[in-house]
Order: sequence, then C-alpha cells, then structure tokens
Amino acid sequence: MPASGNRAVIHKALLDALSLPAFILLFTMMGFGSLAQSTGFEAGMAALATLLIWGLPGQLAMVELTATGQGLVAIVFACSLANARFMPMVVSFVPALARGGASLWRQLLDAQLLSINSWAMCLREFPRVDPAFRHLYYVTFAGSIMSAAVVGTLVGFYGAFFLPGVVVLGLIFTSPLFFALVLSATRGLEERLSMLAGCAIVVIAHRLLPSVDLLVTGLVGGSLGFAAGRWWRRHGRD
Amino acid sequence: MAGTEYLWLVVLSCGAATFLWRGLGVLVVRRIDPDGAFFKWVACVSYAMVAGLIFRMLAMPESELAGVPLAVRTAAVGIAFAAYFLFGRRLLAGVLAGSLSLATMAQWFG
Repeated sequence: MPASGNRAVIHKALLDALSLPAFILLFTMMGFGSLAQSTGFEAGMAALATLLIWGLPGQLAMVELTATGQGLVAIVFACSLANARFMPMVVSFVPALARGGASLWRQLLDAQLLSINSWAMCLREFPRVDPAFRHLYYVTFAGSIMSAAVVGTLVGFYGAFFLPGVVVLGLIFTSPLFFALVLSATRGLEERLSMLAGCAIVVIAHRLLPSVDLLVTGLVGGSLGFAAGRWWRRHGRD
Repeated sequence: MAGTEYLWLVVLSCGAATFLWRGLGVLVVRRIDPDGAFFKWVACVSYAMVAGLIFRMLAMPESELAGVPLAVRTAAVGIAFAAYFLFGRRLLAGVLAGSLSLATMAQWFG
C-alpha cells in the first residue's frame, strides 16, 4: 500500500529524512561551515550559500577558490560548473513529481530544493507514495534535510564540535556509501548501464579533464548506457 | 582577507549561477515529452553523472578518506552491501556496517 494522505506522507518523509539523510547533511555541511569560517566568510554568508547553492561540490569550489584569491568570474564559473549536474537532474526529476500543469514559478521553486539526496531518495521512495502526494513528500523531505544542512553549516562555522579522526573518517564515508546503496535499487536497463559506464569513465575523465570530469562522465556514460540499452532491447531478445 | 561586500557578492553570484542550471532544467522539461527518447537520454546522463560522482568519492577521494588504503575502502563497501541485503534492504544497516567497519579497519591497518 503506497503512503497516502497528508499525515501519513509527511510522517514518512520526516522518518525517511531522519533515518539518515538529515544526519549525513548535518555532518557534511559542518565541514563546509568550518571551511567557510577559515576562509573569512561570515556565518550568514555560509548559511545563505548552503540555501542558495545547495550543492556541496559547488559550495566547496566557491570557498576554495576564494581562499586562493581567484577573481569573481573564475569563482562563479567554477562553482557553477561543479553543480552543472543539476540541469539533467532537474529534467529527470520534475516529471516524477507528477504535477501536471504546475506553474513555471512553482517548478523553479521545486528545482531549487533539489539536491542529490532528495533526487536519489525520492526516485527510490516514490513507488511507495501515492502520486497525488509525491510533491508533498518531496517538499517535506527536501525541507527537512535543508534545515539540517543549515544547522550543520552553522555548527561547523562556530566549531562547536570536536571529533576524533577515526570518527570523522567513518562519518565522511557515510555519504557516498548511502548514495551507493540508494542507487543500487535503480530500475531500468538504460539507467543501470549508464551508472556502470559512469563509474568506469569517471576514472579516465578525472585524470584527463579534472575540472569537467563529471560533465564528461555524464554525457559519455549516459549516451553509452542509453545506446547500449536501446541496442539490447532491439537485438537482445532475438 | 577579502572585503565583506565582496564576499556577499561571491555568495549571491554563485547561488545565481547554480540556479541557472536548475532553471534551464525546468525550461527543458516543460518542452519535452517525459515518455520520449530525449527524456530517457537525459535521465541516463544524470544517472551516469551521479554514479560517477559517488564512485569518485569512494575510489579517488580528496577528503581524509584518501589516507585509507583502497583495499580497506573496497572491503567496507562490500560489507555495507552485504549488511544492506541481509537486513532486508535497510539503508541504515548498510551504512552503519560499512562506516563502522571502515573506521575499525582504518585503526588496524591505517
């Protein structure tokens, strides 16, 4: 039975967020907050960066390039490039919200809330949510992890936490591990092949073109997976 | 240290620049058929990107994880997946098992 009704869906979204993703964001954004503090940003700037950029690779690029004294154009360009994945992610995600006829402004707001966490988690959980309530699930989930992220940014900024190195190591590991597990449930031949291709290609792309490695990985890996899946569907069953 | 106004400008410009990608995604999605081949291809591109990002974080990390031998990281990922499937696809079980085993092994072999 898919979750339906306001109460049940909000409950599920909060539970899913608090089961891990909110915690992961709390921790990863602590890292960002502490880095932002040491680079000379103010607490409000760091929190606003989490809300507005809402993608860790771009946030890190912003702070790191500012620290090395790069010009504004270079900083903005690097930050934007590091978060270019949001374009295809938004395209593949918005139809899953099943909100036919939503206005442009509402869709832009939905797009701003999207992060790799909500993208992966919603695509995984949506089959268990009544289509009429998927948007509510998404907004609740994304809103709670965003709040956790802002809290994490501020906690990291004020350096209220000291953790031993080995604990930090385990915590850093939770984020990629979580996504790897979530994505292992992905259905669809083309999507699965694309992920396999992406893992192989990123190794090469990262060596050859480190600044645009993920873009190259997406375009090449996605096209290969797409083509191979199509080919298999056409010829594999003969 | 750079000036306060300049840093605010950096944050706002970076936010706007990231939003461009999101906005572009919305404009594209309003024009395409979600059941069509183009949509499928874009979905494949995002899956490849995200998988690549995660694989890069695990296999070629730039964080403190870089100090942990690749064999230890690989073993911890294996343990995480084993626990995930053993406990009926519970994400928490997988992540806890993987992270705890990574921390333990890093203490022993690190």
